Amino acid sequence: MRKILSLALFAIGTSAVFAGGYRVSMQGNRQLAMGHTGVAVVNNSAEVLFFNPAGMSFLENKFYASAGANMLSATTKFQDVTYNMQAETKNIGTPFYAYAAYKVNNWLSAGMAIYSPYGSAVEWDRDWEGSHLVNNIDLKAIYFQPSIALKVADEFSFGGGPIFVMGGVKFDRNISRNITNADGERAHVQLDASGVTAWGWTAGFMFNLTEKIRLGMNYRSEITMEARGGDAKFRNLPDFMIASGYTPDAKFDADLPLPAELTAGISYEMNDKWLFAFDINLAKWSTYKALDVQFDNAAGLSHNPRNYKDAVTYRLGAQYKASEKFSFRAGWYFDESPVQDGYFAPETPRNDSNGYTAGLTYQITPKLGVDVSFLYLHFEEVDNSYNHYSEDGNTGIKFGGTYKNTVFSPGVGLSYTF
Amino acid sequence: MKNKFIYLSILALGFASCDSDFKNEINGDTYHSGDADFSSYVAVGNSLTAGYMDGTVFRSGQKNSFPNILAGQFAVAGGGEFTQPSFEEDVNNLGGITGIPGFGTRLIINASAGGPENINGTSTITLTPQAKAFNNMGVPGAKSFHLLVPGYGSAANLPNANPYFIRHATSASATVLGDAMTMNPTFFTNWIGANDVLTYATNGGANADGNTPAVDHNETGNTNPLTYGNNDITNSAVFAGIYNLIINGGTHPLLGQVTGLAQNGAKGVVATIPSVTAIPYFTTVPYNPLTPAALGGEANIATLNAQIYGPLAQVFTAYGEPNRVKLLSNTETNPILIIDVDAADRTAQITGALTPVLGAQMAAAFGQVYGKARQATASDLVVLPASSVIGKVNDAAPSPLINLNGVTFPMANKWVLTPTEQTKVASATTAYNNAIRSIADANGIAVADMNAIMNQLADFGKGLTTEDGQTYYANYFSTSKLHTTLFSLDGIHPNAKGYAIVANEIIKVINKHYNAHLPLVNASSYPGATILLSN
Repeated sequence: MRKILSLALFAIGTSAVFAGGYRVSMQGNRQLAMGHTGVAVVNNSAEVLFFNPAGMSFLENKFYASAGANMLSATTKFQDVTYNMQAETKNIGTPFYAYAAYKVNNWLSAGMAIYSPYGSAVEWDRDWEGSHLVNNIDLKAIYFQPSIALKVADEFSFGGGPIFVMGGVKFDRNISRNITNADGERAHVQLDASGVTAWGWTAGFMFNLTEKIRLGMNYRSEITMEARGGDAKFRNLPDFMIASGYTPDAKFDADLPLPAELTAGISYEMNDKWLFAFDINLAKWSTYKALDVQFDNAAGLSHNPRNYKDAVTYRLGAQYKASEKFSFRAGWYFDESPVQDGYFAPETPRNDSNGYTAGLTYQITPKLGVDVSFLYLHFEEVDNSYNHYSEDGNTGIKFGGTYKNTVFSPGVGLSYTF
Repeated sequence: MKNKFIYLSILALGFASCDSDFKNEINGDTYHSGDADFSSYVAVGNSLTAGYMDGTVFRSGQKNSFPNILAGQFAVAGGGEFTQPSFEEDVNNLGGITGIPGFGTRLIINASAGGPENINGTSTITLTPQAKAFNNMGVPGAKSFHLLVPGYGSAANLPNANPYFIRHATSASATVLGDAMTMNPTFFTNWIGANDVLTYATNGGANADGNTPAVDHNETGNTNPLTYGNNDITNSAVFAGIYNLIINGGTHPLLGQVTGLAQNGAKGVVATIPSVTAIPYFTTVPYNPLTPAALGGEANIATLNAQIYGPLAQVFTAYGEPNRVKLLSNTETNPILIIDVDAADRTAQITGALTPVLGAQMAAAFGQVYGKARQATASDLVVLPASSVIGKVNDAAPSPLINLNGVTFPMANKWVLTPTEQTKVASATTAYNNAIRSIADANGIAVADMNAIMNQLADFGKGLTTEDGQTYYANYFSTSKLHTTLFSLDGIHPNAKGYAIVANEIIKVINKHYNAHLPLVNASSYPGATILLSN
């Protein structure tokens, strides 16, 4: 078990996009099984550190720890009947989390959270029809969040902490819809920025309206990942472009926002067996106007409009505690995509989705439990396009068709308490 | 309990994988040929069908001929194999034909020199007979009647035979159409006729000598095409008769028995002839490229005006043509001086006016040079190759005082298509296209109106917008339009992108006329001009 735990901890792998944009909502197998609700839930688990650090104050025991990971399998199919285009990308992601909460005294709790809330891995066939927009992308961001919670009264606590983010991105796309080198190989650029760091913060409160009803609210600040001096490798350029200043090994600067997220929710502990939760997330995606990549060679500025909109997610979850050994969970959520019509790019080809979740915890001992979850994310197929590619001064070139996403993800984790 | 969860997971996985298909997944039934049958597609035509671009046919360019692109789309709707004349011997991808003057290597942009040039190297394409019919029977240079001429592919008939047809004619007496029919077409495209008028136009209405006017046989009434000069305009009635034979078969009084493309029930598409004057070959070089700087500045312009333009203007004005030649401007770009074979001849008058200054002999020589000269106007179309000639020394000039092309020495007939010549071209083109449409309509054959497409491309306010939102125009190559230039460097023929647009327009016509469903191609993914760092 210890071995599995350590594996899970260090499986700092990639995560396919599955929530709106490049947000990956998989920060705890217990809460994920309940539709990823949790801002007003205190469920004898350190997962509360992510959902609402204020909730640490209402944990019963001295110490809680949880760690786990998910095996996220995302398939995106694309087709377009007009041009007979067909493409498919299958990607595996492994978002993970590790939380620990410690009750210092009756009014002060402290904890540490490590999780990967943003990520995207999409790999299309090289030189596919949309390769001028993306061949492949691999984006990851890991959050380190030390937190404290203060119990102001038996009914009220607040908590929060700074967030240190470490991330990186690899992104590859063809530089045009047709330019090749003398051998006919398509010219492309590969961006690589790693070790990008940034700071943010989170804060929230929890309020016990009655013995059975809790209210919670949590805010996580916007964090902008500023890649500076990343490597931009231009490959398969024709000689005349190299001669005209397209240095094959160049540098780039780019900013990528990780948007602020505000969550409010309520939970209802009907009795010893049943717990219900409802959350609303507001992700401030409207901050993501464009992906501007500034190269230090003749390529200059690459301006890629995104024009995301704020997105709301509604979550419902329920838990049934069958025995001391077993708890069962189920949930649903509706995830609104921040991507607007005409901005549907194959790098984050996601539309609105419905998530269906289920899971259980098996207490191996009263102290140690194993948490299992399963998520199935249902997308309707969608006809959409990206209408803002630039070519020869025309900024309205379209690429689109029908997209169909399928995501499922089994997850496993361990929870420990004393 | 745990087992149950695993079963549930497996169920969910199964559900998830079933869920990943599209409601209307592209499959074997998505595309179809409708009322057409693409199992044996044969393309008949000229250079536009052969995949000619950048001034020649070369190995990689031929792959992007419009019939080959079309056949690629037919493949998902019952299309059969599609063969093209072999260019395997073009190992260095240079095009041209070895040993025949005027068949140079393909044009490229030399980035260090800045303009189009023939790619460096020697062509390895020979006249070795392949003696085989192909699905692509486009023969560069062919006029309508050439398709029916026996011996057009016989090396013994050079220079009247066609080197490209020599390479694959099945026999010394074979005809292009006869060879095409051995492929038993179930579907055809026929895009012939452009050369019946284009050769006249690209030569500025001149014969091969560059000076004497070529003939419009709509004026002579000559209906025997075998007597036509290479640069003449085919008589429209002759064209209509030939075109009908190509489609329906029959007997030609001079050329004998003909089996037509549609005679055995094949369906097809015929294409109209573009208005040749809308192509970059005629629209790229301005009529007035002479900047004051290019003329050597103010002092030089004063001298030119005093010695040449002034006296010429005086003579022309005296004889009622005050606008024929005007003084050169110090501030604005100036028109080139050209020969207009249809202009009033003032040789004697100019000789007379100059004799007191230059002496009789020199004045006579000057009179010869300027007798039919005039300044170009916005209505004149200067041909693309003129750009490398204007302002250069012309060795044919009688005196070094007047030896600069277009400045002091009028550009010869072949460099300019004058309004009079344009009218002949336009009326022949209209007559040909009327014949094409009416023959097609009478036989239920679809028409791809390439004339209308070309006019749309040449309309710089409108252009042709494709399904992906890009708009294309009939521009000549420029580095700012790398991705949207549809014409190859010869200024006449499309490049691969252009042929993709042609294929698309034909696909749209087929889908509509024959109730077929064929996918389009995206012109953007096809290559443009070859740009080399050096040559």
